[in-house]
Amino acid sequence: MAALYEGYTLCGLVPTQDLSNSCIRGIEQERDSDHVLVTDSTRSVTLYKVSDQKPLGSWTVKQGQTLTCSAVFNSQTKEYVAVSDNKMIRIWKEEDILLDKAFKATVSSDIWRVQSVNGGEPVVLFQRGAVRLLDSLLSAPQQPIEEVLAQEEAIRWSTNIVAETQQFVIFTTEQKGDNFLYLQGLNPNTLQRYRLEGEEPGLIPLSFSASYRDKHICLLYLYPNGHVYQSVVPVRGLGTEEGTHALPLPRSLQMALPVGEGLLEAATALVLDEAHVAVVGVPHPSAGAGKDFLCIWNTNFQTLQAGKEMAGKIYGQLWCYSNKLFIPHGKTLSVIPFVCPKSSLASALGKLRQAKTEGELKEFHSRVIIMIKLFFNCKKQMTYTRNTPFLEDVQKEVEGLLSRSDMQDSQPSVGQLVSILVSRSLSDPAFYTPSTLAQLVQTQCLCHSVCPDFVLLALERKDYFLCQLCLQFFPDIPEAVTCACLKAFISGGDNCPVGLHKAVLLCLIVLTSFSSIQLFLQYLQFLYLKYSQDAFPQTHGLRSPSLAQIMDWVCLVLDAHFTVLVMTPEAKGLLLNLHNYVKSQVRLVSELGKIESSLQALHQMKVKKDVGQYSIEVIELF
Amino acid sequence: MGEFTVHRVRFFDYMPSAIRAMAFNPRTERLAVARADGAVEIFNFADNYFQEKVIPGRDGGTVEALCWVGPRLFGAGLNGAITEYDLENLRPRYSVEAYGGPIWTVSGDSAGTMLAVGCEDGTVKMFEILDETIRFQRNLERQKGRIISLSWHPSGALIAAGMIDMIRIFDAETGRATHRLLVERGAGASKSREVVVWSVVFLSDHTIVSGDSAGKVQFWDGHTGTLVRTHLVTKWDVLALAVSQDESSVVAGTSESIVVQFQFISSTVGRQDNEWVRTRTFKNHSHDVRALVHTETAVVSGGMDTQLVVRPLLDKVEKNTQESSLRKIAFPHRSLVCCAKKAGLLLFQFPEHLELWRLGESEGHGRAGDSLPVKRKPEKLIHLKRKGDDHIRCSAVSPCGGWLVYATVSGVRLYRIQHDNNNIGVTKVSKLPKSLCSAHQLCFSSDSSKLFAASGLSSVVVVALDPLECKHLHTLRPKSGSRQPVHLLCVSDDGKWLASANTDCEVHVYNLKKMKLHCKVPVYSSCPTAIGINPVTSNLVTVHADQQVFEFSLQQKEYTEWSRRLQQRGLHPVWLQRDTPVAHITFNPRNPAHIVLHDVFMLCIIDQSLPLPEARTPLLNQMMLRSLPEAERSRQSHAFKICKSFQHLLSMTLLDDQSLVAVERPLLDIVSQLPAPVRQKKFAT
Repeated sequence: MAALYEGYTLCGLVPTQDLSNSCIRGIEQERDSDHVLVTDSTRSVTLYKVSDQKPLGSWTVKQGQTLTCSAVFNSQTKEYVAVSDNKMIRIWKEEDILLDKAFKATVSSDIWRVQSVNGGEPVVLFQRGAVRLLDSLLSAPQQPIEEVLAQEEAIRWSTNIVAETQQFVIFTTEQKGDNFLYLQGLNPNTLQRYRLEGEEPGLIPLSFSASYRDKHICLLYLYPNGHVYQSVVPVRGLGTEEGTHALPLPRSLQMALPVGEGLLEAATALVLDEAHVAVVGVPHPSAGAGKDFLCIWNTNFQTLQAGKEMAGKIYGQLWCYSNKLFIPHGKTLSVIPFVCPKSSLASALGKLRQAKTEGELKEFHSRVIIMIKLFFNCKKQMTYTRNTPFLEDVQKEVEGLLSRSDMQDSQPSVGQLVSILVSRSLSDPAFYTPSTLAQLVQTQCLCHSVCPDFVLLALERKDYFLCQLCLQFFPDIPEAVTCACLKAFISGGDNCPVGLHKAVLLCLIVLTSFSSIQLFLQYLQFLYLKYSQDAFPQTHGLRSPSLAQIMDWVCLVLDAHFTVLVMTPEAKGLLLNLHNYVKSQVRLVSELGKIESSLQALHQMKVKKDVGQYSIEVIELF
Repeated sequence: MGEFTVHRVRFFDYMPSAIRAMAFNPRTERLAVARADGAVEIFNFADNYFQEKVIPGRDGGTVEALCWVGPRLFGAGLNGAITEYDLENLRPRYSVEAYGGPIWTVSGDSAGTMLAVGCEDGTVKMFEILDETIRFQRNLERQKGRIISLSWHPSGALIAAGMIDMIRIFDAETGRATHRLLVERGAGASKSREVVVWSVVFLSDHTIVSGDSAGKVQFWDGHTGTLVRTHLVTKWDVLALAVSQDESSVVAGTSESIVVQFQFISSTVGRQDNEWVRTRTFKNHSHDVRALVHTETAVVSGGMDTQLVVRPLLDKVEKNTQESSLRKIAFPHRSLVCCAKKAGLLLFQFPEHLELWRLGESEGHGRAGDSLPVKRKPEKLIHLKRKGDDHIRCSAVSPCGGWLVYATVSGVRLYRIQHDNNNIGVTKVSKLPKSLCSAHQLCFSSDSSKLFAASGLSSVVVVALDPLECKHLHTLRPKSGSRQPVHLLCVSDDGKWLASANTDCEVHVYNLKKMKLHCKVPVYSSCPTAIGINPVTSNLVTVHADQQVFEFSLQQKEYTEWSRRLQQRGLHPVWLQRDTPVAHITFNPRNPAHIVLHDVFMLCIIDQSLPLPEARTPLLNQMMLRSLPEAERSRQSHAFKICKSFQHLLSMTLLDDQSLVAVERPLLDIVSQLPAPVRQKKFAT
């Protein structure tokens, strides 16, 4: 579970005249994760050591001048870069005291932002969309700056990302209600323009957050209606200077956050890792309509992981540097540490699908083809030579193949490989690689249809272990083959403590995959419903389980897999059914209990004599 | 042991009166309880909560407040007079008119020199307490509106007065009001409804605690007159407050029938900053809690439901002791029923009147457990209204049924009753000897020839009964010189012995043949609650408030062998744990070894011929014995034969025809006659 820890105040905020904005223009990481540069919306830049909650230095431009973008730290030169009044670039070092005496350069076009990532050279993004590396710009400050954006198109948000070695400037623009995403690669220069799919008319994204994962740039954006979308753009496929033609940007709905009444106004969704998003300015789902919450959501399961109410006004601003969230609220800037551990349940449910790049697949596929060719050659050459070292080679080769993490996505190639191995084994009694085959079956890339002879081969070689694996992993084994397997199992000699066939069946249950458990439960429920109908005779077969047995199994399976079942959407209906059933049973039993106690009371009740006002009784003392 | 025919009587409509006020004297450990009919009862908390004295009420004499000043007890009520009670003669000693209209409250200062009363006319009147009387001293600054409650500051320099919508603090020296604390009207309730400060308590740290009709308990700073803390404890009235002697705990009684405790403790463990925190809620009543007392170990409460409840504070008492159990005192510790053994008549005593009933008759015999068919129903023979304003204190009917006598504070009235076939004639005996002017206790000799009346200084007046003239025969006086009243009288069947017990725990035995004191039984520390003389052996049996039983031989003038054995063995723990006193002792002349006695919850026949019960064997063994074969029974049985078939027993007598008369007054019958409570707590509301 992700968690938000107790926060602390980094600094107070001086309220601006416009109360809807906080007075913070930006927060950038400085030399390490414990140092940040806070640029306020007017004139000053302050360096803080976060863990000490202490300012280390502060620099201010002259009265009348304004810092128009947040100052960044150039980690290569240990210098700070800021822009005042849109056109004047200022560069200074930590030991400089007066900003006015530091380096200044005036450029010919308005700057949107100076951006810097750790290890990368600062990049200047102009308001009209042009991008320059800082050094090359400063070599000729007055150089002409081209216009990239169309008329009435304006930048809304920008960031930069280092993907492998290349630096990308990412920014979004808005033009007449349409939103565009620009990916500007540097060295070599590439530019890609995408058009964001329209949400409801009039809605434009409130916030963007970009991250780089597996050679893809993921863009996460939040609309005022609470919808959070993700768009994934491969870095590789970026064309060069195709510029003005806007490609449609596919998107997927990650979450629909509860917005309460009306639309969101100042809210931000920030990607923390592949599964977690920090959201500020969105109501807590169980705390009414107030929007002053900071929450962490798991996008895989769409579950709220942690939430914290922030005192004072929320400005919809949020920064994150190395497991610390920076959030201005009310009159303070707070730092809130958090953790987002990898969800083990996610892997249990098989929900963590890593995006695979096509290139890798291709490469893998070609390796398999080479191997197959090699095989055929060998087969031709050495059909009649009994060569055990060759078997070892095959095994090694396949193991090498299997050690790759991306096996699952190469099902056709594995199928091809297996059918060749099987046919070779069938034709050549000396050739049999049981461990290799077992490994291949366990990749779960195979099915009976791909290699119809596989199970027969295993049966022929009396490899019951392999048979069992096939029964377990092949979803499409025909009845005839199953029967053949069963016959083979039953005919096999018994081993203590249970018969082999029994052992195999028991193992099957033990090893049953998760989805089958659901099926099993469904079947049990079906049986139960059948049995509970009065018309259904319990004696229809001696081999049928009793009602109590069915219930025992339901309880056992539920107990064992409850957490997993609860998190699985497909199991929801089933669980609800079972829950209703249990509820009705509990009610029935409690009603019976009531009746029982009243019956008991009736039973125990002495016939109370109505004494009345006067009676003459006989008592006896002993 | 044997079978008994029992007349089970439930037609005695005894109705206790609501508790109006209480005062506790921590030095003598006496609790004074005033009831709505004006009666004042004294309970001895040092002696098993025994109700040792009752001062009967009188018409129009309701007591609104009680106050102990040293050993003296003062009361005042809506008749506007302050009364000091004579606790030796059990009557008002004197009354002083306060001339301020009805009096709502009385409070004495800690020095015992001053009495402050709060009057309807808005004055707090100060009375100086003199040796023999009290004397009006002065008024404090007069206020608009009645003074409902008063409390002295322990220093005696200040008095807090609860009024309507406010609390006033007076300087006791100058008489000037120094502070006015405005009490907020009820939240939610109508703002126009005035709030009555029913009770105030002035603590030595100058904290003033108030309870009001808006359901609030408020803590005020008496120095500044500012409100410190408000606890809303009920939607109805907070009627009474009481504080513990160390001032660490305050209890509040409400008309919602709950008692709420507040304690001066730190809300956080280990911190010193004590504050008044609501801690416990006691619910032991069904109706308004009108009066409260906070003793060192318990909260004593009483109200409309007429029961006196002693609720021990379990942090102050040892667990599983007599002291740690809840006590509800619902019935008087004195018999209100007198039985004419020979004539089969029952006399019921009410404050206002007497009822004489003839018991019914049955025919045939039945086996144990049977109800016999009633051939003749019981019949009320006489309904005798008392004369004057004073309530009846004691009464008696002679064993033959021919005489009836009652006494009030102011006089004794004797009636001759003539049964003439179906007609009953009642004639008042006009000429009574002068010595028979008042009586604490009355009894007739078994041959109905003499009347004994307990009088002042523990003396007993003996009067010879004659239809024509009743003559004073003798006045028997103890030599001890005790001033305490006699509360028990009994005469032996042979007419030779008369025993009297007083609240000094003394038991005197007089020889009626010689008309002189025969002996004084050694004084035991606990007060006798019942005495009886065995008609055959002439042994005196006494049972005390601590449940001890003694048998004293009048011939030998010493405790009998059996009594010594009983003391050596010790009484059974279950016997000692009973919480109602034994109210009456009779004997079976046909079987002198049997002592018949009862308390509210059981009838017991002690068979002196049987072995005493061991502490580890069950005391209540009747059910077990019933299931045993006869031969086994005699081995298992012990001296104490206890029957619990009869509950809420007010009287149990053995008639001469060997049948028992049990007079029950089921508590449910009393409760059903109470007015509906203001509010009854329902589950989950």
